Amino acid sequence: MTKRRVVVTGLGLVTPLGCGTDIVWSRLIAGQSGLSRIEHFEVEDISCQIAGIVPRVDGRNGGSPEIEGSFDPDAVLPAREQKRIDEFILYAIAAADEALAHSGWEAKTEEDKHRAGVLIGSGIGGLQTIYDASVLLNERGPRKLSPFVIPAMLINLASGQVSIRHGLKGPNHSVVTACSTGAHAIGDAARLIAYGDADMMVAGGAESAICRLGLAGFAAARALSTGFNDNPKAGSRPYDKDRDGFVMGEGAGVMILEEYESAKARGATIYAEVAGYGLSGDAFHITSPAEDGDGGFRSMSAALKSAGLSASDIDYVNAHGTSTPKGDEIELRAVERLFGECANDLVMSSTKSAVGHLLGAAGAIEGIFSVLAIKHGVCPPTLNLDNPSVETSINLAPHKAVTKPVKAALSNSFGFGGTNASVVFKAVD
Amino acid sequence: MSDILERVKKIVVEHLDVDADKVTEEASFTDDLGADSLDNVELVMAFEEEFDIEIPDDAAEHIQTVGAAVKFISEKQG
Repeated sequence: MTKRRVVVTGLGLVTPLGCGTDIVWSRLIAGQSGLSRIEHFEVEDISCQIAGIVPRVDGRNGGSPEIEGSFDPDAVLPAREQKRIDEFILYAIAAADEALAHSGWEAKTEEDKHRAGVLIGSGIGGLQTIYDASVLLNERGPRKLSPFVIPAMLINLASGQVSIRHGLKGPNHSVVTACSTGAHAIGDAARLIAYGDADMMVAGGAESAICRLGLAGFAAARALSTGFNDNPKAGSRPYDKDRDGFVMGEGAGVMILEEYESAKARGATIYAEVAGYGLSGDAFHITSPAEDGDGGFRSMSAALKSAGLSASDIDYVNAHGTSTPKGDEIELRAVERLFGECANDLVMSSTKSAVGHLLGAAGAIEGIFSVLAIKHGVCPPTLNLDNPSVETSINLAPHKAVTKPVKAALSNSFGFGGTNASVVFKAVD
Repeated sequence: MSDILERVKKIVVEHLDVDADKVTEEASFTDDLGADSLDNVELVMAFEEEFDIEIPDDAAEHIQTVGAAVKFISEKQG
């Protein structure tokens, strides 16, 4: 069976740098940070007190109706509907709305709807909804639970809600692979198109786990930065010697993927091709990556192989690079091992330095950043990289974006449980 | 009775996001006001909360109109 080519024709972003692809990208390459001190719930008793929060019209993380890219929940759904979904679904709906509008895709026939699906994942799902329901159950008993508790927090309801909203009747699927979720969602959705199950897929990831339970839980696992509570924008510093853990982020990234010939036939703007996809497992530890980096090496190798490319074809790597003491160097060594002498020409950056770690949405927004790097010929910077902890010949794009032609980019995502995914995007001539 | 009707109407308008003038005593939650099965459950819970009563599931099944809700609540409050 011949695999069909899959291209990216629409993008949607809700991130700590704002919502809307254009504004987020311009802030990202300008070196702005979306991190701030958490003000909307009690954090005094938690070791990490900073996060990448989506700026809102209500003032959260510096947003306001006057500031472009501030998220307005009421512009997405009526208040009554908002109460029936967790925030990660709200972010998914907003990002999918933008991506679909951006792509110009429309179903002209019922058959078109049958050929269009949704695959949006989340690492954690409706954590705040589960927390609130648990407290209510404990304090007031089962009869007080809303009938919407379960559909509000289920991870696949992001895909469900988006399909209902837009009448997309093809494959309706979801992914839950911790911090690799977004990358797996894009890779798997591309394969559904490549193998003929659909002609169009709305694919990506969404997360909103920045609540007391989420923050305290990751803090208990000693995964979060704790030394930058008074200087939030310096908290996420991949590869820097002072890094001390990741900073949680929230939001959603959604791509419209289409079969190449049908996208071309309708005159769609094609941003890039999903050229390759690789997956692997560490089989090592629940939270730590294997020391030898072999899992990441194998997922990258598999992605290159499926793309029919060699390492020398890759101009930019969007790293997993979470700013944890162990993980960053392990990934860096795996990339060096794969690229060999080509590492000298490579730019690799971690955009988590600017937006934090969006967990299940990370791979999706970083895939979008990789596509935009190809489109604009700009590699976004790694912020706060003042003193690299190790030497490398790879250009880690410290502080400033790097302008250079990017014909192909690779995006890495590695998750708890030892789950690794790599996606290769390339320019379409 | 009229006080109960007004309070029921207010809850229905808020939960189902419908115009107040559509919420007549004859109006069916499902057929006239667009409620689905989960909306109905939520409405009954809101009535319980507002009037501090318990509405058993078998009774709730028969509360399908605004008027039926008002009647049930009035009897319950005796």
